[in-house]
Amino acid sequence: MLEVTTINKWPHYRDRFVQLVIYLLVFLVSAVFAWILFDLARGGLTHLSWEFLIESPRDAGRAGGIGSVLVSTLLILLVALTAALPLAWTTAALLAEYVPTTSQFGVTVRFSLQVLAGVPSIVFGLFGNAFFSVYLGLGFSILSGGLTLACMLLPILVSTAEAGLRAVPQSYRLSAAALGMSRTATLFHLLLPVAAPTLAAGLLLGIGRAIAETAALLFTSGYVDRMPGSLLDSGRALALHIFDLSMNVPGGDTPAYASALVLVVLLLCINMLAMKLAYGLQRRKIMTT
Amino acid sequence: MFQSVQNDALTCWVLRAGAVISALVMLLILAFLLIESWPVLDQITPARFFTDTSWHPIEGTYNLTPMLSGTLLASMGALLLAIPLGITSALFIVFYAPTHLALPYKRMIELLAGIPSVVFGFWGLTTLVPLINQLHPPGASLLAAILVLTLMILPTITLTTYSALKAVPSEFLHNAAALGLSRWGMIHGIAFPAARSGIVAGVILAAGRAIGETMAVLMVAGNVVQHPEGLFDPIRTLAANIALEMAYAMGDHRAVLFVSGLLLMLLVMVLSAMASKIGKNQYA
Amino acid sequence: MLMITTHKRLLLFSLTCLAIGFGWFASADANAASQRLVLTGSSTVAPLVGEIVRKYESMHPGVRIDVQTGGSSRGINDTRNGIADIGMVSRALKPNEKDLHAYTIALDGVSVILHASNPVSVLSKQQIADIYTGKITNWKSVGGADARITVVNKAEGRSTLELFLQYFQLKNSQIKPHIIIGDNPQGIKTITGNPHAVGYVSIGAAEYEAKRGAPIRLLALDGVDASVAHVHSGAFPLSRPLNLITSHVPQGLAQHFITFARSQQTHELVEAQYFVPISAE
Repeated sequence: MLEVTTINKWPHYRDRFVQLVIYLLVFLVSAVFAWILFDLARGGLTHLSWEFLIESPRDAGRAGGIGSVLVSTLLILLVALTAALPLAWTTAALLAEYVPTTSQFGVTVRFSLQVLAGVPSIVFGLFGNAFFSVYLGLGFSILSGGLTLACMLLPILVSTAEAGLRAVPQSYRLSAAALGMSRTATLFHLLLPVAAPTLAAGLLLGIGRAIAETAALLFTSGYVDRMPGSLLDSGRALALHIFDLSMNVPGGDTPAYASALVLVVLLLCINMLAMKLAYGLQRRKIMTT
Repeated sequence: MFQSVQNDALTCWVLRAGAVISALVMLLILAFLLIESWPVLDQITPARFFTDTSWHPIEGTYNLTPMLSGTLLASMGALLLAIPLGITSALFIVFYAPTHLALPYKRMIELLAGIPSVVFGFWGLTTLVPLINQLHPPGASLLAAILVLTLMILPTITLTTYSALKAVPSEFLHNAAALGLSRWGMIHGIAFPAARSGIVAGVILAAGRAIGETMAVLMVAGNVVQHPEGLFDPIRTLAANIALEMAYAMGDHRAVLFVSGLLLMLLVMVLSAMASKIGKNQYA
Repeated sequence: MLMITTHKRLLLFSLTCLAIGFGWFASADANAASQRLVLTGSSTVAPLVGEIVRKYESMHPGVRIDVQTGGSSRGINDTRNGIADIGMVSRALKPNEKDLHAYTIALDGVSVILHASNPVSVLSKQQIADIYTGKITNWKSVGGADARITVVNKAEGRSTLELFLQYFQLKNSQIKPHIIIGDNPQGIKTITGNPHAVGYVSIGAAEYEAKRGAPIRLLALDGVDASVAHVHSGAFPLSRPLNLITSHVPQGLAQHFITFARSQQTHELVEAQYFVPISAE
């Protein structure tokens, strides 16, 4: 009996040791995360005000606010979504509802989107510059930036929407068919509404990606920091504004902190909302099965 | 009834058209990268990217190896740090955390994944670089790049490892517990082998992300074209090189930048193909 | 079923909003198109041109002029392929750029700068060359503190770099830099953040930032202080013209703007940026 306990002691100590290491590392990761947020908050909070959010930047961004930058960011986002959403959702509907998973067509489309998902954002920037800015003659404009982002968002929008559609229980489709609903009607009146929360979650994730993007916009939407008058004007996105302030403006750190704080808070809200939607869906899925 | 069949056919064709366009985007990107880099690919033997004396595009020498070594060293360094941190984070969430901590910690990691690279770069520039500068000037260095990249790929590794561990059938773990295995024995002997392919796929995805990352590295790495001799030497990565020089590159120089973009894309393509082959679950 | 229709309505509503938004911007384009100019190029010239643009726009409502930096080479590149209407170049045109038309709007110099707390007050031409080629690596060797020198160099394609190399008779491949920077302000920012760094930037940009509290010091070159006055008198050895360039003989708005930029009306703005105004011919 005594022997058995001594043999079993070693795994026990090892377990304790491993647990200690894991707790330490997890604490380290949390501490760094807190450090970053604390730094941003400390550097930016004092500079943050209502005026900062609505005024246009002056003196290369040292004074004034980020009003025009926010407008440009929103316009770029709007262009990207207008171009990407119809494409992404039709693709997702086709992949999920109309072609068998193993068909050559489905596999090809899926593979090409998967590759697209891995392409570094700077490569999108290169492509956007060559295709939209130079070849199509859109120059440095919100339009070329937005369209470049649209290409970048496609994979994430398609994969979330496809997953959402696939998560709709098969019984729904069978019931609809039994009621004599056409497939089109089933798609529009039943499947899409049921999958709406995931579509929305995917949309929010896409928005999060888009407003975090810098490299793809560097050579497509340019960095003029004035209020854009049209979609063919160059407009500076918020992420690019942070980059420019921190790299190119002596004394630009404080507004950069404030802008970074705005961006991070915005992203945290968007991502939390997306997670909430996605988790809500999971819960419902569990309840129906 | 007849009309609805017609409707269905129409819908199907609309959807098909959308899907074809989506798939073509990738080809379009590839085609334009090829077209733009053709002037150089046509005239310069690829060997020159490795054998030229240095990277001085204005003097007509195009040696990409310093950027390649910079990219690989920074990515590997970041993986070296992020793999243990990411896997322990996932283990914490799945096996070790008290229930009231597991979900908040997972949420935190997910939020960390959403922080934009330019914010990491900014934080690195204002916080890490001055700290490293006190240790050993100039501060903007390989080390700074590795640390910032580690933070950026940590969530990818944590979340993929998490899903891989979650996918291990619970009977395996119950049986292990019933056999009297210790917790670490169970993780080491059962959970890891069962989840291995998922974890490896996640690591490969993270490697792709590290290789392609631009802004954060551009801001903290110093951007000197050289083979670094130590952690404190500044480096320039392939992606940062494109961002830095694209603004004014002309003629052959511009084409070489597109070649390096093509190189990056192919590298990442191979990695993501590998990842999907290993970790069959593509939504992981 | 009720829920489903509201979803659909919501979708329809948002799509309509997008369509209307697009229509509005498209119509705005049509009005704005003829009165737009895009300028890209040298980060040395950009702040000055930005000020000139502000004044010009306030005098001519309805005109919109966008200014972007990226370096002189970008200015030449964008002007040649038509992305920009006017390029900004902070040097004289080279022989192989004679297809372009240059219009000088001001004069500037290039100065070596140090952090204000750096005790070194004089560097000879040879010492600067040695620091940049890595022969001198510690401030101790030139009478400073015992600290490693951080060499800040400009990225290729920047005319500040070209002038610097030309003056010190160096090739870029000989230089052993620790940090590569792009725009002038980035150089100044790097020096202000690193007390042991040495760099070189436009005199105008450096004086502008120094006057606003950036802790930097301009070094004399060949015994001549780096100042606007010495650039003006022609005594400072590293001077250069700041040019606006076009691919064709400018017409319409571009011509009008260039004429304005070279006129007496902008001299005050030029001096406020610590450049030297040119006397119109």
